[in-house]
Amino acid sequence: MTTTYRICPRSGLQFDKDAEKLMRWHAVAGVLALLLGGIMALGVILTRWPAVKLLEADVFYMWLTAHGINMLIFWIIFFEMAVLLFASSTLLRCRMATPKLGWVSFWLMAIGAIMTNVAIFSGESSVMFTSYVPMQAKWHFYLGIILFAVGALITCFIFLGTLVVAKAEKTYEGSIPLVTFGALTACIIAIFTIASGAVILIPTFLWSLGYIREIDSLMYRTVWWALGHSSQQINVSAHVAIWYAIAAIVFGAKPMSEKVSRTAYFLYILFLQLASAHHLLSDPGLGSEWKVVNTSYFMYFAVLASMIHGMTVPGAIEQAQRLKGYNKGLFEWLRKAPWGNPAFSAMFLSLIGFGFLGGISGVMMGAEQLNMLIHNTIYVPGHFHATVVIGTTLAFMGLTYFLVPVLFKRELLFPGYAKMFPYLFGLSMYMVALVMMGAGTLGVSRRHWDMAFAGAPMAYEWPGAAYLMMGLTGIFGVIACVSAGLWILQIVFSLLFGKKLEEGETRSTPIPLTLPAPTPGGAAHPPATPGTMVLALIFLTAFILYYFVNWKYLSSLWGMA
Amino acid sequence: MSAILPPSERIWWNQPIDKLEFTWIAIALVWSLAMFVMMIWWHIYGNQNLANETYKTTKEMYAAKAQAVVDQYTVRTGTEAEKQFPIVKPPAGSDIYMIGRLWDWWPIYELEQGKTYKLHLSAMDYMHGFSLQPQNINIQVHPNYDHVIKITPNQAGVYSIVCNEYCGIGHHTMVGRMYVTKGGE
Repeated sequence: MTTTYRICPRSGLQFDKDAEKLMRWHAVAGVLALLLGGIMALGVILTRWPAVKLLEADVFYMWLTAHGINMLIFWIIFFEMAVLLFASSTLLRCRMATPKLGWVSFWLMAIGAIMTNVAIFSGESSVMFTSYVPMQAKWHFYLGIILFAVGALITCFIFLGTLVVAKAEKTYEGSIPLVTFGALTACIIAIFTIASGAVILIPTFLWSLGYIREIDSLMYRTVWWALGHSSQQINVSAHVAIWYAIAAIVFGAKPMSEKVSRTAYFLYILFLQLASAHHLLSDPGLGSEWKVVNTSYFMYFAVLASMIHGMTVPGAIEQAQRLKGYNKGLFEWLRKAPWGNPAFSAMFLSLIGFGFLGGISGVMMGAEQLNMLIHNTIYVPGHFHATVVIGTTLAFMGLTYFLVPVLFKRELLFPGYAKMFPYLFGLSMYMVALVMMGAGTLGVSRRHWDMAFAGAPMAYEWPGAAYLMMGLTGIFGVIACVSAGLWILQIVFSLLFGKKLEEGETRSTPIPLTLPAPTPGGAAHPPATPGTMVLALIFLTAFILYYFVNWKYLSSLWGMA
Repeated sequence: MSAILPPSERIWWNQPIDKLEFTWIAIALVWSLAMFVMMIWWHIYGNQNLANETYKTTKEMYAAKAQAVVDQYTVRTGTEAEKQFPIVKPPAGSDIYMIGRLWDWWPIYELEQGKTYKLHLSAMDYMHGFSLQPQNINIQVHPNYDHVIKITPNQAGVYSIVCNEYCGIGHHTMVGRMYVTKGGE
């Protein structure tokens, strides 16, 4: 068995041809899921916009289910599998382990994704992303997700196998790169996630076939969230790895401290999954001690890790820029950053939005008592659109601009749109997340067809501000959907009709990585990063103020004990 | 040299940490601990804590208990859009049972401001979401679990209970009500 390698003339990266093809297929499958999920998003947002109310209730719930599953599972995990292959075989310049099995895994995932979508669109499976029991979907709804997960699990093991190959064949020296370390974190969390998913979805599948009589709803929620939330931690690990990667590619930025960044990743592995307990803070049957320990003691270690990454990524960029001479004042390094490069602007908007909007709101929801103000309101989707769309999806989209010439060997068409896209999509998603959280603060429910309660005997009238916020959600949501739709068109057109770029040299033995000689005594005094520190302190101030505003709000409510 | 290459120092663990970076980690850690303490502090000094008291129950058993309270304390019958709801005014301190089912909250309770009641929540079919508006108190309601929360309404008025856990096609019509009157009326 011979492996061929291609050296990309544009990036200097070395691709194993098998791995490269798999990466392309995974990325394309992911974008197809994104397209479907995006069309669903448009329907959902146009229905929740009270003045439009596009879809009928049954279609709305069907589309909402399809939106959640295609976005949160199929798009993101397909793309993440490509990231795993990239972070292992490409960054370590080695051959990929078991390429044939890679295709088995890809097709399992693809068949699973199609099966679940068929179940959703043939009706009777509008059970939402969470598929809470005792509401039952068709059996192939569950089976599709299970097959998809098995496929993803195989790719996780291929990733681990590839690390072993690289180590055994000595294609690198010392430790794996930080980005690969981040991907390894994502992989370990993914294995935990998929195992939890199996524990709950296999019995649920059997229940849908009639082999199991009953599934306890509280048990379901407890175990399901070990899948549902932990899968978002795969995203966090993956998109933080991409932040580091883009900082390295665009600026040649070096992590401020390998020790700190890697320890922060390690905290994710230890603590992030326990954060899934914050979904259960308003549930009966679980003690306060359990809730507090899991969401504070443990989750805050993960929050701490995110706060560390949130500082070290821009810090690394600041150091790299200052070394290039952008030393004036606090922020010249940031002003002179390549804001027209979509990989960078997407990454930076992703970082700021993830921290300020997603991070702060996430911690609010994770405080035991504050959760009662937020549970199941549209604040929750506001939060996770900030984390998963602004954080993960925007980072992935930014990276895709880099991948079009490097991985797909095509020239990007419509570069003008590429410059604009991160701002158009990113900032409209900022607004979507903000106004959803605003409406949620006023109590508006998530997963709800009609905030006017048509046909209800005792309709509740939301305050006018809630209607305004939901109208704004509609407007900014449409802008976000359309801009993402144009992004998909741009990528697809570039892949089909973009100018073919030079392949680069092909050879059959990997070129070992040559490292620049280490500077004795560490990196010769890297510059300080006061600008980043100021940004971090602004973040902390916003965090603290908002945190106590919520406690103030809580203290005005009915007494509860 | 960069995050996509192996660290240039073989022994990267011993590299000193940047001063500002270290300061930030320390601040973030202190803040995390403060947030941890806050939750516990509120358990001791705060007035809004979700109760832990929960019992396993069955739909039949729970419905029977709710029916008993309704039979004993119903003061009148309210008609809303041709649907009739018993309006129940139990004495302060009593156990009141709220049923969540497709697609209503049953019955309607009339409580007194400043008095404490033991509110029981359970669902008869799917899960439901108890969302008290305009207070914005949100609690998950499970079938077969009886969740007991001591509530003390602090303001008179008409409150709505919106269902905010998706429960099927009629989910948006599932709105209940609760009245709170000033004491002594």
